[in-house]
Amino acid sequence: MALDSKIPAGEMKEKWNDYKGHVKLVNPANKRKLEVIVIGTGLAGASAAAALGEMGYQVKAFCFQDSPRRAHSIAAQGGINAAKNYQNDGDSVFRLFYDTVKGGDYRAREGNVHRLAEVSAAIIDQCVAQGVPFAREYGGLLSNRSFGGTQVQRTFYAAGQTGQQLLLGAYSALERQVALGNVTMYSRHEMLDVVMIDGKARGIIARDLVNGKLERHFGHAVLLCSGGYGNVFYLSTNAMGSNVTAAWKAHKKGAFFGNPCFTQIHPTCIPVSGDHQSKLTLMSESLRNDGRIWVPKQANDSRKATDIPEEERDYYLERRYPAFGNLVPRDVASRAAKERCDAGFGVGTTKMAVYLDFADAIKRYGKIEAGKSGNHSPAEADVIAMGKKVVAEKYGNLFEMYEKITGENPYELPMRIYPAVHYTMGGLWVDYELQTTVPGLYALGEANFSDHGANRLGASALMQGLADGYFVIPYTLGNYLADEIRTAAINTDHPAFADAEKAVNDRINQLMNIKGNESVESFHKRLGKIMWDKCGMARNAQGLTQAIAEIQRLKKEFWSNVKIPGDKNEMNTELDKAGRVADFIELGELMCIDALNRNESCGGHFREESQTEDGEAKRDDDNYSYVAAWEYKGDSSWELNKEPLEFEIVKPTQRSYK
Amino acid sequence: MEHYHMNLTLKVWRQKNSQASGNFDTHSVKNISSEMSFLEMFDVLNEQLIESGKEPIAFDHDCREGICGACSMYIDGQPHGPWQKNTTCQLHMRAFKDGDTIVVEPWRSKAFPVIKDLVVDRGAFDRIIQAGGYISVNTGNAVDANALPIDKKKADDAFDAASCIGCGACVATCKNGSAMLFVSAKVSQLALLPQGEPERQSRVLNMVAQMDKEGFGNCTNTYACEAECPKGISVANIARMNREYLGASLGSED
Amino acid sequence: MTWKQLFTSSLGKKFTMAFTGFFLILFLIVHVTINACIFLNDGGQTYNTVAHFMSHNWIVRFLEIGLFAGLILHIIQGLVLWKQNRDARPIKYYSNKPEKNSTWYSRSMGLLGTLLLLFLVMHLSHFYVGTKVALYGGDQPHNLYNEMRETFSYWWIVAAYIIGVIALFWHLMHGFQSAFQSLGLNHKRYRPIIQAAGLGYTVIICVLFILMPLAFYFNWLA
Repeated sequence: MALDSKIPAGEMKEKWNDYKGHVKLVNPANKRKLEVIVIGTGLAGASAAAALGEMGYQVKAFCFQDSPRRAHSIAAQGGINAAKNYQNDGDSVFRLFYDTVKGGDYRAREGNVHRLAEVSAAIIDQCVAQGVPFAREYGGLLSNRSFGGTQVQRTFYAAGQTGQQLLLGAYSALERQVALGNVTMYSRHEMLDVVMIDGKARGIIARDLVNGKLERHFGHAVLLCSGGYGNVFYLSTNAMGSNVTAAWKAHKKGAFFGNPCFTQIHPTCIPVSGDHQSKLTLMSESLRNDGRIWVPKQANDSRKATDIPEEERDYYLERRYPAFGNLVPRDVASRAAKERCDAGFGVGTTKMAVYLDFADAIKRYGKIEAGKSGNHSPAEADVIAMGKKVVAEKYGNLFEMYEKITGENPYELPMRIYPAVHYTMGGLWVDYELQTTVPGLYALGEANFSDHGANRLGASALMQGLADGYFVIPYTLGNYLADEIRTAAINTDHPAFADAEKAVNDRINQLMNIKGNESVESFHKRLGKIMWDKCGMARNAQGLTQAIAEIQRLKKEFWSNVKIPGDKNEMNTELDKAGRVADFIELGELMCIDALNRNESCGGHFREESQTEDGEAKRDDDNYSYVAAWEYKGDSSWELNKEPLEFEIVKPTQRSYK
Repeated sequence: MEHYHMNLTLKVWRQKNSQASGNFDTHSVKNISSEMSFLEMFDVLNEQLIESGKEPIAFDHDCREGICGACSMYIDGQPHGPWQKNTTCQLHMRAFKDGDTIVVEPWRSKAFPVIKDLVVDRGAFDRIIQAGGYISVNTGNAVDANALPIDKKKADDAFDAASCIGCGACVATCKNGSAMLFVSAKVSQLALLPQGEPERQSRVLNMVAQMDKEGFGNCTNTYACEAECPKGISVANIARMNREYLGASLGSED
Repeated sequence: MTWKQLFTSSLGKKFTMAFTGFFLILFLIVHVTINACIFLNDGGQTYNTVAHFMSHNWIVRFLEIGLFAGLILHIIQGLVLWKQNRDARPIKYYSNKPEKNSTWYSRSMGLLGTLLLLFLVMHLSHFYVGTKVALYGGDQPHNLYNEMRETFSYWWIVAAYIIGVIALFWHLMHGFQSAFQSLGLNHKRYRPIIQAAGLGYTVIICVLFILMPLAFYFNWLA
C-alpha cells in the first residue's frame, strides 16, 4: 500500500498556514451532532478532549486510571520547549525545527516537525493563560533553561514538575468541559477494541475495570492518545499501567505501526538495585545542565567517589564531546555511559552506573551568591552552604526523590545514574493530519510515530503532546468530520459492535480459562529481559533473530500457562495486566523484526554492525531513509511498507556534537 | 547505606467490592530487602498469593515515583506510612525492621468509598475541580505568555499550592475527613495568579459548595493534613481559602 | 454571605465558631480583669463595686444577651460540627497514629468544650444565679466577694474549678490561634506573633482564674 503522508505542497514555512486556510470546516450546529472518542487523558488526550469539547463536539474521554489527572504525562520533570526566543539567544521556529530534525537523526518527517515548532509558542501562551505556574524571574517574566541537544535556552519549566503542572492545566480544561456537559469522562475504563464499520473507525469496546462489564461506545472518530510502550521492556520509567493495548488493537484492525524499534534510553535514571525492581525512576535531564558526569580513570576503582581526586576522574562526555559536553542528546549520552560501564569503569555495587556530580555546581553557585552579597573572598564552607541552597531551589524535589530511593544524600555524594528505557519514538503511523491508515482513527502524542525521528530531544514530548491536542487535531479532525455530518450516530446494536464485543469477550474468556502456573508478572519480566538484552541499547542481527524466536516461544507459553486468579466480572488487576502483557509480547516481536530490518544505526537505534571508527552511530541514508510502517497480516506476520523521507530543508549529515 | 533483609507480618484490609463488608487478612513475607519500595514488597506478597491460588490484593498505583497521586495506603496508622513528605510508592523498606507487623488499610472517608481491598473511589476530587478548579480560557484565546508579568513570590506560592497530587492523604488523615487542604490548594493557586482573577469569587463559592455536597467533614485546624501531605502543602492555603470565601460571600449579591 | 451559607456551609460554620470564639475570648479578658480585683486585698470592696456596676449597667446587660447568644451559637455549631465530622468517617481506622501529625488538644476540642460546658453549668449556678436573684429579688446589695469566699471553702469545688480551668487552658491553646486561621488570618510574618499572643493570653487568663479559688481556699486574702 502506498502511504500518503498528505504533507501540503508549498514552502515549508507556509505549509501549515496554507493547510489551515484551506481545510474543510464543520459549522457549529453540526459539531454538536458529531461524537468523538478520546482514549487516554495525558497531555495529548486531555488537551484534545478539552479543545474539541470547547469547539462543541460531543466528546467521550476514557482513561484506565481512577482520574484523568493521573496519566503518566504527570511524571515528566524537566520542561517544555518553545521557540519564543525570550532569552534573545538566537532561537527561532527554524532553529527548533532544525534541532529537532537533527536531534532525531534525520528520521522524522520535516513537515510535521516544522508545524510542531510553529505552534510551540502558542502552547506556552495557552498554558500560562490556564494558570500553569511556570518558573519566573524576579522581574515577573518567564524563566528558561537549556536542555540536551540544543545550544539555546528555550525550555520552560516548573521546578522539576513541569509535566505535572502542564497536565493539571489540561486536566482542568478537560474538567471544565465535563462540567459544561461537552465531555463525558469514563475513568477506570480500558479500550479493548476499535469497532470498524464500512472501513471506518466508528467506536470502541471498553471494559469497565471496576465491574468488568464490556461497554460499546459509538464515535464518528476515535482518537488514540494512549501514550508509549516502553513497558515492553518491563523495567522503564513509564508508569506501571502504561501499555500498548489501545494502539495494538488499532494496529490489528489495520493501523500501520511506524518505526516500532525506535526507543529512547534516557541517560540519567536511578540504577537498578535488585531483582525486586518494579520500575525505574528518571532523574531529569535538566540535571545535566549543572551536574557533571564522570567515572574513575582506573577500571574497577572501588574507592568512595569523594576519595577519588580530581585528576583521576574521567569526565568522559566533556572529553569526547567538547562542544556539547554534558548536554549531548540522550542517545549519545546513554551509549557513552554504557560504553564506560562495559569497559569496566562503572561505579556502585553493581558497577552498572556512572556518577552525576554537583560538587562543582554547588561551588559555582555559592560563589555567585557570595558575590551578590558583596563578599568576594568567602569561606569555603559558606560558599558550599549558599551553593547548596541554590541547587536545592533548582532541583530540590529531584534530590529528595533520589535520597528517598537510594538512601544517599546527593548534596554530599555524587548521584549514581544509569540509562533506562524512557520513551518510544515509534508508534502508530499517522499522516500530516494525525490520521492513521484507518479512516477516522487518529493517534496523538507519544502514541504516534511522527515528530521525533529516531531520537527525541529533551522537553519535546510535552511540546508534541500539547501541540497535537490543542493546536493540530482541532483543525485536522474537522477536515474528516466535515464529510461525516450526514452520518447519524450509529446505534451500538449494530452487528459490528456485537461482533467486536464478542471477540473481546472471547479473548478474556480464553485468558481466564488457561488456569496455568505462571503469573502475568513473571511473563512480563521474561519478556523485558529478552527485549533489554537483545533489543536494548545495542542491537545486532544475531541477537535480534534469537529474540524473535524466544518471544514466539514465550507467547506460546503465555497462552498455555498463564495464571489469572479471580473473576472477570469484578475488579481484577491481574486480568487487566494479562491483556496488556499479551499485547506487549506481540509488539516485542514486531520491534525486533523492525530492528533487524533496519540495518543502520540512527538515534536511539544502535546496530552494532553500523558504527563509525570511534563508536558513534552510523546512518545509512541510501538504504534506510524511510519510515518503516508495518502492516499486521495475522499472527506473527507483518508486511513492511515504506514511506520515503524527503529532506527539503535540513540536509542529513553525520550528527556531530564534538 | 547498609542493606539488610527482613521478615514481616502484614495485616491487610480485604474487601471484595463496595457492597461487601471487609476484614483483615494476615500474611507473612520473608526475606524482604531494605532497598525495596513498599509497593515492591506488596508485589512480592501478591506473587505469593497468586502462587497459592489466592486473589492478589488490589491497590491503586501507577507512576511509582511519587507524582501521579494514585497510591493510597494507610500504613501503620499514617497515610503513606511513617515517612513525612512521602508517598506510599516512595516509602522504602528501610523504614521497617525485621519482625515488624504492619497494618495496611484503605483511606477511610464517607466521600471515598472503598471499591475493592485498598482501592477507593476519589471521584469526589474530580467533581470539586469540575465545580470551578480551572480558568475559563478556550484554546487559542491566550495572549503572549510574557504580556502579564507575575510577581515571582506569588508565582512561587501558586506553584507550591499547585504541587498537590490529589492523592487524598489530607482527607485520610484528618480526624474530620475534611478535604480543605486539597480544595484550598487549587483555590489558592488560581487566586494568586492574575489569570484567575475574573472567576475568583464564583470559583471559591462553587468549589466549597461541591466539597460540602460530597460529604467531607469540616476543618478544625488540627493541621494533620499539612504534616502528612506528601508535597508539604501548607495550611496557609486553607487560611487563604477562608479569606477568599469570606470576601466572596460577603460581596456576593445572591 | 447569605445567612444560609453562614450556618450551613463548612466554611460558614468555621466562621461562626471563630467569631463567637473571639467574642468569648474578649469576654474572658473582661471577666478575669474584674475578678482580679479580689487580689487588691481590700476585703472585696473594689470587686463588689465593679460587680455591682456590671450587673446593673444596661449596656452591659445588653451585651450579656449577646454573650449568651454567642455562647449558645458556639455550642450548637460545635455540636453540629462534631456530628458531621464523625459522620464523615463511618468506618474508623484499626490502627491510627494521630499523635504523629497533630496535637492531642487540637483534636479534642469537642471533649474539652463538653467539659467546659459542664463546668459552666456549675459555675453559673454558683455565681450567676445568685447575682440575678439579688438583682431582682431584694434591695440588699449583693456581696459577691463573700459568696466566692464561701463557695471556695470546699475543696471539691476548688478541685472542680481547677479541672475546668485546665480544660479552658487547652481549649484556648488551640482555639485562640485556630480562630485566626478560620478567619483567614494566617500570615508568615504575623503567625508567630499570633501564636505567642495566644500562648501569653491563655497562660495569663488561666493562671489568674486558677489563683482565685486557691487564694480563697488557702486564705491568702485578707
